[in-house]
Amino acid sequence: MPASAPPNTTAAITLRGVTKEFGRGESRTRALRGVDLDIPYGELLMLVGPSGCGKTTLVSIMAGTLEPTAGTVRSLGHDLTTMTNGRKVRFRRDHVGFIFQATNLLPALSAVENAAVPLLIAGWQRQRALLAAAAMLDRLGLGDRLTSLPSELSGGQQQRVTIARALVHEPRLLVCDEPTSALDAENGRITMELIRQVAVQPDRAVVVVTHDPRAYPFADRIATMEDGRIESVTTAVDQA
Amino acid sequence: MYWIAWKMLIGNRGKYLGIIFGVVFAALLIAQQASIFCGLMSLTVSQIRDVEGPAIWVMDENVQFVDDIKPLKDTELFRVKGVPGVDWAVRFYKGIGRARLQEGSYEQMILLGLDDATLIGAPQDVFLGSIAALRSPDAVIIDEAGYRRIWPDEPFQLGRVFEMNDRRAVVVGITKASRTFQSFPILYTRYSQAVRFAPPERKVLSFVLANPEPGLSSQEVCDRIAAQTGLQALTRSQFIWQTIWYYLQKTGIPINFGITVLLGFIVGTAIAGQTFYLFTVENIRQFGALKAMGTGNSTILLMVLSQAANVGLIGYGVGVGLAAAFGWWTQTTTRLAFFMPWQVLGLTAAAVFVIVLVASVLSVRKVLVLDPAIVFRG
Repeated sequence: MPASAPPNTTAAITLRGVTKEFGRGESRTRALRGVDLDIPYGELLMLVGPSGCGKTTLVSIMAGTLEPTAGTVRSLGHDLTTMTNGRKVRFRRDHVGFIFQATNLLPALSAVENAAVPLLIAGWQRQRALLAAAAMLDRLGLGDRLTSLPSELSGGQQQRVTIARALVHEPRLLVCDEPTSALDAENGRITMELIRQVAVQPDRAVVVVTHDPRAYPFADRIATMEDGRIESVTTAVDQA
Repeated sequence: MYWIAWKMLIGNRGKYLGIIFGVVFAALLIAQQASIFCGLMSLTVSQIRDVEGPAIWVMDENVQFVDDIKPLKDTELFRVKGVPGVDWAVRFYKGIGRARLQEGSYEQMILLGLDDATLIGAPQDVFLGSIAALRSPDAVIIDEAGYRRIWPDEPFQLGRVFEMNDRRAVVVGITKASRTFQSFPILYTRYSQAVRFAPPERKVLSFVLANPEPGLSSQEVCDRIAAQTGLQALTRSQFIWQTIWYYLQKTGIPINFGITVLLGFIVGTAIAGQTFYLFTVENIRQFGALKAMGTGNSTILLMVLSQAANVGLIGYGVGVGLAAAFGWWTQTTTRLAFFMPWQVLGLTAAAVFVIVLVASVLSVRKVLVLDPAIVFRG
């Protein structure tokens, strides 16, 4: 879909004219330069491009962790640009799942406790949250490592814990930042397969930022960024 | 979320113990030094506390503390007795005498002269001999610590004789008594005997001890005595506090102890604050992840405060416990003054509260201004 496409009424995310500047005066940097993009529900979109092209900035804005300098951002029917900070916090808590480049697992918490964190943030009773997290980890093949600390898990297993943590509260938007960058080829493939199989749902949008061309076949569409703009949006088949 | 905060805290054992060490160090030093200070202050008033019975102490209007003796005329006793509301009043002598022991050595002693007829103010814990024996000629009762000081390594024995200002004194009893600030042996004797032991002076009466009539308050009777006689009349509690206040104001004791307490506070704050700050900085990405996942600033604040409360409570408990153990040990093995009233526990708790508050304020600021987007930066 071209960058100038008209708004899609069924889109999970709609970005219009989104710009982002960092710094002031001579040190001002434009990270995004008028990005337009629609991401429908049920789609796995990959954001690709060279380092510093604005992928992470864009995904941060979609997830509501960063304010755009200009433009409008509608995410899951909410206008993030007019939302107060408190509502944005609740929006992320209730609707967004995160998979970070550095797993950011809490080192003192076991796998199941880490996976339960979003439910605990949402106010679930601990035992109930741990049961739900254990079920999610079991689904991801980590049923036998529930009580392991992150330091006792391999990189691929840690990434599976972050997937469980990202999905345990059934978010409608999943944001993944370089989910395979710290993994070897085999674990990278497994991680992308899991994201594809478990995360992609008709009522959920998945956005994956990646540098890794081996991940491209798992995308429905690939948006290529260059210098703060979306240069092209293609299907994985086109890329191949 | 408090559970997560607690797990984060104990997960980093080195830092956790470091923060607790800082708080323990501060609590121990503050509680221990404050308790020694209270112990010293308690020694200054031990002789007032040991005189049980009278509720009112009457003295010269210029007396500032218990050892500041400004003798009265003996007739002042009758003036006090004549004040309406005074149930009874007796003489009380307090002074320092010089004893010459049989082996020829000299020893300073605190000499307390009790009313001949009633022996009011007599020691309560005579464990060898009897108070009644004071009525015999030249009789004195000596305190246990004093006996051990002048006759070390010798068994307790009644009938020992020594000279008090060139007059014969016979030990007829040995009693337990609170230690005094000067640590001199304490001799109890009859008033008439005490003035014979004391160097000759025109006026010898140190205090008049009195009690109000039933139904009247001590304060009311004190006011009447002061108004009618021009003497200073204080309740027992007022005299205790006047003596303590004198030492606080006129000696360097509070400054010396205050400096140590302050040092404990500063060093404890520095250790705990710095370690807690480093702990937070080390976990900054984890806090960022929690914020990204929808943890509000108020929850983050409560998490950090709960971590601070955790180390504060443990540090306080261990620190005060160690100080109490130190006090127990000194009571059994040394003569160091140590007294830990609830006020010391309160002061230490307040200091620990400030320490953990400073530590958490330093740390929490960093977390509250943290941009959750930090987690997207590699």
